[in-house]
Amino acid sequence: MDAAVCILSLIDCCALIFLAVYFIITLSDLECDYINARACCSKLNKWVIPEMVCQCLSTVLMLVSTHWFIFLLNLPVAAWDIYRYVMVPVGNMGVFDPTEIHNRGQLKSHMKEAMIKLGYHLLCFFIYLYSMILALIND
Amino acid sequence: MSAPVNGYGQTPAPNGGASAPRQTGPVQTYTTTYPAVGYYGAPPQQRNNPTIPSHCMGMSSKAPVTNSGHHVNNYYQNHYHVAPTSSAPPPQRHAAAVPSSAPPPSAHYAQFQQQHPPYATPRAYYGQMAYHASPAQSQQQQPTLLPAPPSGPGAPLYPIISYPSAPGTSQYGTLVSNQTATTPRTIQYSNLQPGSTTTAAMHPGYNVAPSTQMASAVNGQGSTTHQHYDHQASYGGTANGERPPSGTPTTSVHSSPSHHQGTQFGYVANSGTISASGPTAAPSSSSSEDDEDDDEEEEDEEAGGDTSSSTTGSASPAPNSYDSLEEGNYPDSMPPSANMTNQASPYGSYGYPTMQPAYGGGPTPLTDTQASRDLLGPSGYQQYPQPFPSLSQLSAALGGLSGVPELEVEALRPVNLLQERNLLPSKPLQAPEPNLSSELKKVNCSPQTFRCTLTSIPQTQALLNKARLPLGLLLHPFRDLEQLPVITSNTIVRCRYCRTYINPFVTFLDQRRWKCNLCYRVNDVPDEFMYNPVTRSYGEPHKRPEVQNATVEFIASSDYMLRPPQPAVYLFMLDVSHNAVESGYLKYFCESLMENLDKLPGDSRTKVGFLTFDSKVHFYNLQEGLSQPQMLVVTDIDDVFIPSHDSLMVSWKESKELIKDLLTSLPAMFTQSRETHSALGPALQAAFKLMSPTGGRVSVFQTQLPTLGAGLLQSREDPSQRASAKAVQHLGPATDFYKKFALDCSGQQIGVDLFLLSSQYADLASLACVSKYSAGSIFYYPSFHHIHNPAQLEKFQKDLERYLSRKMGFEAVMRIRCTKGLSIHTFHGNFFVRSTDLLSLANVNPDSAFAVQMSIDDSLVDSSLACFQAALLYTSSKGKRRIRVHTLCLPVVNQLSDVYAGADVQAITCLLANMAIDRSVSSSLSDARDALMNAAVDFVSAYKSNVSNLQHSGLVVPAAMRLLPLYILSLLKQRAFRTGMSTRLDERVFAMCEFKTQPLQQLMRMVHPDLYRLDNVSDQGTLHLNDRLVPQPPLLHLSAERLSRDGAFLMDCGSVFYLWVGKCCNEMFIRDVLEYPNYASIPTNMSCIPELKTLLSERVRAFLDWLQDNRAFSCILHVIKDDTSANATFFQHLVEDRPESGSSYCEFLQYIQQQVS
Repeated sequence: MDAAVCILSLIDCCALIFLAVYFIITLSDLECDYINARACCSKLNKWVIPEMVCQCLSTVLMLVSTHWFIFLLNLPVAAWDIYRYVMVPVGNMGVFDPTEIHNRGQLKSHMKEAMIKLGYHLLCFFIYLYSMILALIND
Repeated sequence: MSAPVNGYGQTPAPNGGASAPRQTGPVQTYTTTYPAVGYYGAPPQQRNNPTIPSHCMGMSSKAPVTNSGHHVNNYYQNHYHVAPTSSAPPPQRHAAAVPSSAPPPSAHYAQFQQQHPPYATPRAYYGQMAYHASPAQSQQQQPTLLPAPPSGPGAPLYPIISYPSAPGTSQYGTLVSNQTATTPRTIQYSNLQPGSTTTAAMHPGYNVAPSTQMASAVNGQGSTTHQHYDHQASYGGTANGERPPSGTPTTSVHSSPSHHQGTQFGYVANSGTISASGPTAAPSSSSSEDDEDDDEEEEDEEAGGDTSSSTTGSASPAPNSYDSLEEGNYPDSMPPSANMTNQASPYGSYGYPTMQPAYGGGPTPLTDTQASRDLLGPSGYQQYPQPFPSLSQLSAALGGLSGVPELEVEALRPVNLLQERNLLPSKPLQAPEPNLSSELKKVNCSPQTFRCTLTSIPQTQALLNKARLPLGLLLHPFRDLEQLPVITSNTIVRCRYCRTYINPFVTFLDQRRWKCNLCYRVNDVPDEFMYNPVTRSYGEPHKRPEVQNATVEFIASSDYMLRPPQPAVYLFMLDVSHNAVESGYLKYFCESLMENLDKLPGDSRTKVGFLTFDSKVHFYNLQEGLSQPQMLVVTDIDDVFIPSHDSLMVSWKESKELIKDLLTSLPAMFTQSRETHSALGPALQAAFKLMSPTGGRVSVFQTQLPTLGAGLLQSREDPSQRASAKAVQHLGPATDFYKKFALDCSGQQIGVDLFLLSSQYADLASLACVSKYSAGSIFYYPSFHHIHNPAQLEKFQKDLERYLSRKMGFEAVMRIRCTKGLSIHTFHGNFFVRSTDLLSLANVNPDSAFAVQMSIDDSLVDSSLACFQAALLYTSSKGKRRIRVHTLCLPVVNQLSDVYAGADVQAITCLLANMAIDRSVSSSLSDARDALMNAAVDFVSAYKSNVSNLQHSGLVVPAAMRLLPLYILSLLKQRAFRTGMSTRLDERVFAMCEFKTQPLQQLMRMVHPDLYRLDNVSDQGTLHLNDRLVPQPPLLHLSAERLSRDGAFLMDCGSVFYLWVGKCCNEMFIRDVLEYPNYASIPTNMSCIPELKTLLSERVRAFLDWLQDNRAFSCILHVIKDDTSANATFFQHLVEDRPESGSSYCEFLQYIQQQVS
């Protein structure tokens, strides 16, 4: 059971890592002018909800499997994702709005956020890996 | 540019439209001989180009308007009485053609009642009118031209280009229309069955308009064209004689120091001319991908640049081959050198007509001036002994060290605001001059085009933070210019690395290499660039026009095109719901469009279309050959479709009669309408489908909240909260529909302009998005009603006149480049930011401005100069791809005091306002107000702690910034930011939109109006403008204590003038200026000043005209009597006084002082 949860979290985490990398690549494409803001934002907005769901999933999994430490580690990130999604003004086209992404350093802050998330997910990845191995050995 | 009308004959658009008629074929020869003389003869002072246009407008709005109004009446009386008013649309559910006028409702595709014969007369009348108008216009528009008759009409604003009557753009087909053959088409329509289904009803639509007719046929009006032309030419000639240029030569970018006015005035241009067939070659080679413009557009730009470096080798200058060039430039077949000779034409002289004799020498003097401006060293042409700095001298001067210390000292003089009460200068504030060497100052970009909040750029971000002032640029890139060097060149020289266009601030290391001033990398000078067409000499790259002017325009080659340049396409979307009919705008719109139809900028490919909507969407088939317009109705608003693909957007020339038919009958067609709903969203979608193949301009006239279909909105305003000081809600859009739509439009090069004429809340915050992101403009007429609100009606008419006739640029992109180390972090204005420094502008118009905020990423220690370059690539209404490049150069400083000395208080105010608007939308209005107040407090404390070494107890600021607290207080009392006073949400949002798009001058007048006393204007300080004497009354502070009951005061609020007449105003003024015997007899709604022959009246009118001269939209004058209710509107502009809620200027200063200490 424990092992299964860990394996699931691991897969989930991999997906999140890929997403973070995808975000970084797309944003830096925008930064370098390889892609226009409209295309970039519509690409990224598509993945905001999946990212949120994945993050919540791993949080819930940790809660269910009573890994309290990892749950607490996950919780703020999940909360941030939800907060970010909920706080989008009605007139905007999503978390990433093509008309505003170049204003007020939004691009940079999105980039920073994606970087931090990438680091965090990598950290999580190893934690999950460790707990998975631990769980498998215990079994 | 502006509209060639009916074969270039008739009245050109006011804004530089002057050139249009003169650019026709025959002119070329003139231009060659008498180059841009007239053009460059423009008095330098008037770099604020609107002067002439607006003047012109002023005129035309008086005389011709009344004329035509009269004419229209006749028209109605004589011919229109036939047109029935009952138009009740039959109740079909599906798309069906509905009789647009009288006949029994069952008859579909019924015809308009008018028959051709009645039209004959009006047409003739129009013709005449055009003739009458043209002399007046040409007089107005060519005041800067020299008397030499041919050169008058022959030297256009942009002298290089000549637009042949059948432009060479072959793609768009010079098909001569053979549509006359298909005239009897209407018969088919009458056969339609009333109950036909959607598809069935559509078929006729398709059938009628054979696809072959889609191509815009080109006029066959050659002969008339010439007649018109001649007509105008002769008028132009006389006009020149009579009307010398207005404006004084205060400064000039071009004038070299060694020249004095009255002596020879430099650069008479040679050439001119050309390129009749230039574009022929160009478009053909370009690919026509409609999608993905985004990235490729830029690639185009890149590609264009690449050629510049690659084609260089083949050039073998042959200066004398000049004459052979007039045929045009064929980029491939012609020797590059040949093309180069063409480039010079824009170079004119700055002379006055009165100095004309000095021009006798033709091109000869040009070399002199050129030589005298040699940046690199002596040249063989140098006749003037004045030594010009050699390279080393120049670079020494670059550091801004040779500035004007006195000015700086004055700018830094500490001013104690609590003690000094007279802060205003006697004349409207000018932009501060950057502290540069006189050489650079001379060539620098005009502050009206390009302005920086800090004319001395701080070296590091830390220094900028310390100064507590925002760093940013205010741009007005497509401003109407009076003089603009236009360069036709095979190779547009650009930096190989950063793509910067070559500009006056680059450094020539030697003859063959130049160093980019933005990225500091070294480039080769292409061979072609070695030849200087102005002096017709070789080896003087530093004297080329590109290097002599901070503002130049290039005719771009096909490398800069993604598709053949689009034609000018205009779609008018009119709200015809009950509410709209009630407001009565339709009639005035139709009248105005009818008058200005010929002034619409465009060429023979120009297309026009109409679309009306209430709960349904109505299209109009105007295909040439029909006997009258046909209305096609689409009722299925959930899935709008286009009933006929090729007959809805029609050539403006071929279907002119039909268009006029439609415009005449349109106002009456919907008078019976009981439809209260408005399906704006679906109508917009339909417009998008109509326009997406070409791009162009959509003008939306909306009178109420959209209530049906996609994009429907709910009322969000709570009227009881209008005056609330609490948070103002709903400043942002309610839905993303309009934003998405605007982005789609932007992608297809469609610009949407919004006219909101609403008496009730219409959620402008949401609707405005449609224009904001598609680079359109927004006009708002609160409580518009044609009878009850004559002031709004007048404004609407004047705005429309300017709107319809102003110059247009299509499918534009603008890139703002800046010196390495600086970067843009926020953009303000109507456009879509496509990448970090690229703005996508589907349409660009001469009245909108932009602002950007900058940050300093890397220290600028290594550089003494910072440069900014804005390059606007656009398609002119004549189908030419053009690049307008502005370059601004500013010194970099490392002392805080220098930063303050160079601060531009007006630009800072505007930028702060833009930032505050962003803040109020993203956060809240009270936050924005706090931020504005904090900006003032922070600045004062920063100055106190860092610079001021004097132990003043008061509130001390440097003289350059002494007006900042006042301006910030004014901002806080603007509609956009005020609290406590009842402000409608729409008006507040509109005020915010204005802040984002109005050019600085206009904005400052709105924020802090200019107040003058008029009843005692004297000759003191009179400005002499040619034949005009303009009195210059001093500026007064905006406080009631400056008013007196025995005076008359003029307040200039940017778009409106208030003439306040005191109770005891001396009777002489009332009699001599207002033409009333005494105060009591002045009517309360007086809105014009009679033309009297008295001295006082002439002075006042000269002053008003002068004020009006340099703005695009003409102002409305309100005469306000002291004791009337209108008084309140006047007094609310007196920002220094204490309003009902808020603080007076003194209180505000005390508040700042408290906060600081």
